Amino acid sequence: MRSYLLSRLLGMIPTLAVISVIIFVVIQLPPGDIVTSMLDRLQAQGVDTTEEYVQNLRAQYNLDKPMVLQYFYWAGNLLTGDMGYSHLYSRPVNDLLWERLGYTLSITVSALFFTWLVALPIGIYSAIRQYSIGDYILTTIALVGLATPPFLVALVFMHIGFDWFGVSTGGLFSPEYEDAPWSWARIADLLAHIWLPMIIIGLGSAAFTMRILRANLLDELNKPYVVTARAKGVGHAKLIIKYPVRIAINPFISTIGFVLPSLISGEAIVSLVMGLPTIGPLLLQALLNQDMFLAGSLLMWLAILTVVGILLSDILLAWIDPRIRFE
Amino acid sequence: MSEAVLSPVAETPVSREESAAISPRRLIWLRFRRHRLAYASGIFLLLLYIVSGFCEFVSPYGTTTRNDDAINAPPMSVHFFDAEGNFHLRPFVYAYRMEVNEDTWMREYSEDTTRMFPIRFFARGESYEMWNLFESDVHLFTTDEGGYIHLFGTDQLGRDMFSRVFYGGRISLSIGLVGVVLTIVLGILLGGIAGYLGGIADRVVNKAIEVLTCLPALPLWMALSAALPVHWSPLLVYFGISIILSLFGWTGLARQVRGRFLSLREEEFVMAARLIGADTPRVIRKHMLPSFSSHIIATATLAVPGMILGETALSFLGIGLRPPVVSWGVLMFQAQNPLVIEMTPWQMLPGLFVVLAVMAFNLLGDGLRDAADPYSTAGAK
Amino acid sequence: MDTVLKVRDLAVDFKTDLGLTHALVDVGFDMPRGKVTAIVGESGSGKSVTANCIMRIIQPPGRIVGGTIDFAPQGMDPFEIVSLGKRDPRLKELRGGLISMVFQEPMTALSPVYTVGNQVAEAILCHRKVGRKQAWQEAAEMLERVGIDDIDRRIRMYPFEFSGGMRQRVVIAMALVCHPEILICDEPTTALDVTIQAEILTLIRDLQQELGNSVLFITHDIGVVAQLADQVVVMYQGRVLEIGTVRQVLKDPVHPYTKGLLAAIPGLAPKGEPLATIATVVGDTDITRPYPLVTLRDGRQVSLPRDQLQGAVG
Ligand SMILES: Nc1ncnc2c1ncn2[C@@H]1O[C@H](COP(=O)(O)OP(=O)(O)OP(=O)(O)O)[C@@H](O)[C@H]1O
Ligand SMILES: [Mg+2]
Repeated sequence: MRSYLLSRLLGMIPTLAVISVIIFVVIQLPPGDIVTSMLDRLQAQGVDTTEEYVQNLRAQYNLDKPMVLQYFYWAGNLLTGDMGYSHLYSRPVNDLLWERLGYTLSITVSALFFTWLVALPIGIYSAIRQYSIGDYILTTIALVGLATPPFLVALVFMHIGFDWFGVSTGGLFSPEYEDAPWSWARIADLLAHIWLPMIIIGLGSAAFTMRILRANLLDELNKPYVVTARAKGVGHAKLIIKYPVRIAINPFISTIGFVLPSLISGEAIVSLVMGLPTIGPLLLQALLNQDMFLAGSLLMWLAILTVVGILLSDILLAWIDPRIRFE
Repeated sequence: MSEAVLSPVAETPVSREESAAISPRRLIWLRFRRHRLAYASGIFLLLLYIVSGFCEFVSPYGTTTRNDDAINAPPMSVHFFDAEGNFHLRPFVYAYRMEVNEDTWMREYSEDTTRMFPIRFFARGESYEMWNLFESDVHLFTTDEGGYIHLFGTDQLGRDMFSRVFYGGRISLSIGLVGVVLTIVLGILLGGIAGYLGGIADRVVNKAIEVLTCLPALPLWMALSAALPVHWSPLLVYFGISIILSLFGWTGLARQVRGRFLSLREEEFVMAARLIGADTPRVIRKHMLPSFSSHIIATATLAVPGMILGETALSFLGIGLRPPVVSWGVLMFQAQNPLVIEMTPWQMLPGLFVVLAVMAFNLLGDGLRDAADPYSTAGAK
Repeated sequence: MDTVLKVRDLAVDFKTDLGLTHALVDVGFDMPRGKVTAIVGESGSGKSVTANCIMRIIQPPGRIVGGTIDFAPQGMDPFEIVSLGKRDPRLKELRGGLISMVFQEPMTALSPVYTVGNQVAEAILCHRKVGRKQAWQEAAEMLERVGIDDIDRRIRMYPFEFSGGMRQRVVIAMALVCHPEILICDEPTTALDVTIQAEILTLIRDLQQELGNSVLFITHDIGVVAQLADQVVVMYQGRVLEIGTVRQVLKDPVHPYTKGLLAAIPGLAPKGEPLATIATVVGDTDITRPYPLVTLRDGRQVSLPRDQLQGAVG
């Protein structure tokens, strides 16, 4: 187990390195760079700049160096936790990032738990009652859930909240807590708001996971080891849970791997619609304004979140499945 | 089966008669037909593609035609009986009667039963250029001069939603197909290289797949499409977006292709083909691809929804396709505000079409996959 | 004769993509108590389906559409198996308690995520009111008895750490741990290599003689039948063609199909002649058509039309 953990941890490093290269390339893609967009800004304000000033600025951001070196400066800064300066917000990226990252994390993780909480019982029910009315209804709902873009779900939910309950469902806080310092009341207020984005974001992945679990379970239900256990006289309910479900749950847990990226994607867009103070809206602003330091670090952090999540799911998997543990 | 032989003890070839009676392709088709939902979805999609393929003809108006008498007007209903209860063989719609609500200052529409517009089929109306090839002005249905028909209502500029939905469908549905073609090419190429060559190529492709699957797609799509130059023509943006979408979509297919190649490499008929001297590309083309083309079709079908949803999401955010291009996502961009659902819910109709199309693709893909391989797992993606 | 199991007119249908398959058609045979009954027949002849019927573990799309299986366990009232209700306590007792089964595939017959001890002890816990400790104790004893050594360590190992032969021993231990009346072995050695096969067969025979249970042994290996069985049931396409003692069936088969079966075995055929296939010997008997089983004077049963019976016996 320990060597397994170690190898997984070490395996993360090249993955993250490759990801950082990809992200660096992506943020270099737009024409121009941080200095040209700063100059544009200054010019728009009517400030004249000298050639020397521009050169200095370029040197300051290492833009006069070759691309490869620029990458290493960027990655090195990331490693030391210095994510640069957002000229869009005129603040260090670090300041902007942490709180929003926390919200993104809490919404995504709660959506993940919601996904499991919903998908597990429904998937099992649907598989062992295959072709029953309940199965048809649930698989139909899952189908619709899978096909509906999260932002549409968000719009509809917000509409329902607005129309039926007369509440504005956007945001993570009531206005009075918006800028208040942290307190128990503020946390309670957060919890009272976070469940809606949690459901909206989790819906699609719950549908996806439920379908996977159902299919896996159907596959496992008639495997020889289940027949053996049945022939041994194990009672029905125990048989299902102890044998096929226990195996079908493995790919289910590894779906964190697929689900987490899509949850984070969903979170980004739902946050935009619902006006949540998370990474998604910040990223969109950064991209629209070519604030590439900001965009790059945001992308990098989202990727790190996912990679760590996948690592955790792998560890969980090894913990519950001896076959992986013993490899 | 009367020729059947005791397999473990006798060495006589097993009778092939029975298995030869039904060809594999036919068996797949039979199994597919039994998935009635998948079959129905296939037909629905076919219709949807035909309708949006001929959207100039099907829709009564172009995407920019404005009707100043109908701003944010609700869908019209088609009548056979008029207000006096008389039956008309030719269906008709009533004109809008608009009032401004004194309290909310919103326009409110009702039917003006004194003015009816009969619906004319295959009649002349607004002229259009079909597929940029030839001009015509014949529409599937329209009204006489001076009348108007808005079956799905209108938007805030008085543009006909029905027409816009189908023009949008053309873009959204085809971007899915273009993206999927690219996905297939990438998936087969990279998966095939990895599976067939093995070794370092395999490791590189595998790492690429691993990295790409653990990246959240939407934020990167956002970054990439924000990087598309603003001065690009709509057509270039269109292809740019489909390339961006397929950049992340190929991993699933590649993984499958790779797995297949790995197991096929060992299989006897491939070995036999090699022994008789068939060169590598020929072995791949003639022997390996056909044996899982049905899988590729199924996987590709299941990849389309992701493309459609991706385009919709990007355009909805305003960084994908942009007006004057009309796609379902662009149409949804106008409906960003929950107030829109409140006031003009018909503006959400493009969303309904997205859901229907994606659902149909999912069902069709599931059916195809089950038919191609009854033992497959949905989980083994 | 003391009969422990009496199968009559058993019929099973499978509803598949390509229509209805009659997997069993009027299958009937008796199992003498304390003896080994073998079912032989080619692949797809319905041997496993028959066994699954006895355990009542036929799963959809399969369905028992007719027939009876009378079971007379010692020290219990006899009962009929096919008509047992789903919630009948006797059904639970039957599976693994009174009748247990060893399957063809030792590699997949055990769940990979539980230890061997857990899975063997579970069989005890399902049928007797004993504590966990006691169950593990008995499981360990049984595992030792089927020839697994270093038991203290091995009992905590997972099935995938075992070889195929050892796994099959575990499955046998699991089947015998509740001392069943009948042990059904469905081709228990097919998936194993030859030396292991012999060991497992010896183990099954020794344990049978030791414990005195009845065995229903399913195989398509005539050699194994000769070695192990007292009585033989020959099946083909879901029907029983011939029933008799080992001596009768192997030395002096009546049914042309059985004759063909034996003639097709390498080594039994006269030297120098090409191996016969079944088709050549069956001659003009249409073995795809069902005929009722007829009991001959010497007690054996054959499924043949009356007019051919004369010639076949003579
Ligand atoms: N799950 C199933 N679905 C459909 N048909 C089945 C199924 N299981 C069995 N059958 C049918 O029942 C017939 C008998 O199958 P069975 O498994 O009893 O054969 P067998 O004699 O045990 O063969 P083998 O020696 O290969 O194990 C098969 O030919 C098949 O038509
Ligand atoms: Mg069998």
